[in-house]
Amino acid sequence: MNKKFVHIFLIIGAIWMFLPFFWMISTALKTQTEALKFPPTLFPQEFIFSNFTEAFKEVDFARYFLNTIIMTFGTAILVFLTSALAAYAFARLKFFGRDLIFTIFLAMMMVPMPVYLTPSYVILSKFRWIDTFFALVIPWCVNIFSIFLLRQHFKTIPQELFDAAKIDGLNHLQIIKNIILPLSKPVLITICIFEVVSNWNSFLWPLIVTHSDSMRTIQTGLAYFAQAESTNYPLLCAASTFTTMPLIILYFFVQKQIMESFTRSGLKE
Amino acid sequence: MSFYNWSIAGPLKFIGLKNFYRLIIDPKFYQSLGNTFWYVLGVVPLTIIIALFFAYLLNQKVKGQGIYRTVYYLPVVTSIVAISVVWKWIFNPDRGIFNAFLSLFGIEGMKWLNDSRGLFEIIFTPLGINLSGFFAGPSIALVALMIMTIWHSLGYCIIIILAGLQNVPAQYYEAARLDSANGWHIFWYITIPVISPTLFYLLVTQTIIAFNTFTPVYVMTQPPGGPLGTTSLVVYYLYEQSFRLWNLGYANAIAFILFIIIFLLTQLQKRFIEERVYYE
Repeated sequence: MNKKFVHIFLIIGAIWMFLPFFWMISTALKTQTEALKFPPTLFPQEFIFSNFTEAFKEVDFARYFLNTIIMTFGTAILVFLTSALAAYAFARLKFFGRDLIFTIFLAMMMVPMPVYLTPSYVILSKFRWIDTFFALVIPWCVNIFSIFLLRQHFKTIPQELFDAAKIDGLNHLQIIKNIILPLSKPVLITICIFEVVSNWNSFLWPLIVTHSDSMRTIQTGLAYFAQAESTNYPLLCAASTFTTMPLIILYFFVQKQIMESFTRSGLKE
Repeated sequence: MSFYNWSIAGPLKFIGLKNFYRLIIDPKFYQSLGNTFWYVLGVVPLTIIIALFFAYLLNQKVKGQGIYRTVYYLPVVTSIVAISVVWKWIFNPDRGIFNAFLSLFGIEGMKWLNDSRGLFEIIFTPLGINLSGFFAGPSIALVALMIMTIWHSLGYCIIIILAGLQNVPAQYYEAARLDSANGWHIFWYITIPVISPTLFYLLVTQTIIAFNTFTPVYVMTQPPGGPLGTTSLVVYYLYEQSFRLWNLGYANAIAFILFIIIFLLTQLQKRFIEERVYYE
């Protein structure tokens, strides 16, 4: 194909992909009257920043941000710990039923989240965890795919290293901390990024396990805001802009790692 | 749990298969299944074909490949809630930019998310064929959701296919060119077979993801589930039964069926499509 045509198609595609973002930011900077003009103006006639501050005043977005940060980093840290320990056990220890347990773990990955939504809710309400951070963090503190990725990686580390460490009198925890983890940095970064992105964006789970306004995450807060202010599009676009911005900024810094982590681990809604 | 009459208050009662019986005669369940069927059938193949097209173009060693990749991948890291809010605004029937764009070409805008008419109904009614129910096809509101979903998952598929394309050994192309095969032949007989495992992987994962769609239905359509329930997908119906009406036992029966369908579908795809997949 002619190079010119290739570029034309690619540019059309890029415009199409970028247009919703452009439109979100453009609307967020307009007044309500200008936003409702038809045919619409592409760029705001004058740039208004009050929509952002006003959205923060209407509902408690500061609180939602805080909740989301606690949830995201709490989960990421726990996943980091559990995955490292479990993967070490699966890769390097010999115990009865190890491979069977690992197979069962992998099979459980096949079950999509909506299927176990209702049972999980009942279990969490028995624990009286509904509407607490426990419900947001604890059920996600084990990620089977992270265990899988790390296990595969641990298996590539030569056995001699472990033997040498044992001879030097290191116990298992010391081996993990001093030898394995420093050797697994790329995989660990992949796992952490995936956890941060998917927790920041998770919606269905927080929607179900939290009720009160003070427990809302940024995503459920935005959905709530969208229903409360269903026609004030400049406000909604402003709110959408600042909920997506942190990840978009992160994306521009660690684009390669993000692509890598999603390519490896698949998507999760 | 699906064998119990289970609501959050009140006693637990074992009712055997009654929840499943109720499911068999529930027209709303069938409607949500039908909607999901059209949704998956529309979203998955189109996403993969469009992604293949763009990945193929990107693989032509064009200048600025990095910039294109960055832009195409951007939707993947943005939350579906925020994106749904923005697309709802884009699809706004009176003020939305989508209809404004159509009107540039003299096409009359549609009501999009408020339109319950089926796609095939609109196409075939002028020809004198009346279609209704399931055969009316996805409603315009559901088509709007499909357009958004394709936009959202395109970048991911492009990057995966591009990675597949870059792994095609260069000597295959050289050999084909020596045999004076033309571009289309090379694409069809060399590129496609070599990347077929990638395409198969995408087919399976995208089907599962599409089956589990919930957020756009919840955020974009009003009332939730859309006009006349035409955007109520299975997972949304499950949510409604479980967490709006608190029929937990019944919701679990739906979840069970959903699981069976997804499981069977992936097995079927494995059986019939994997045979044609070419592994090195």
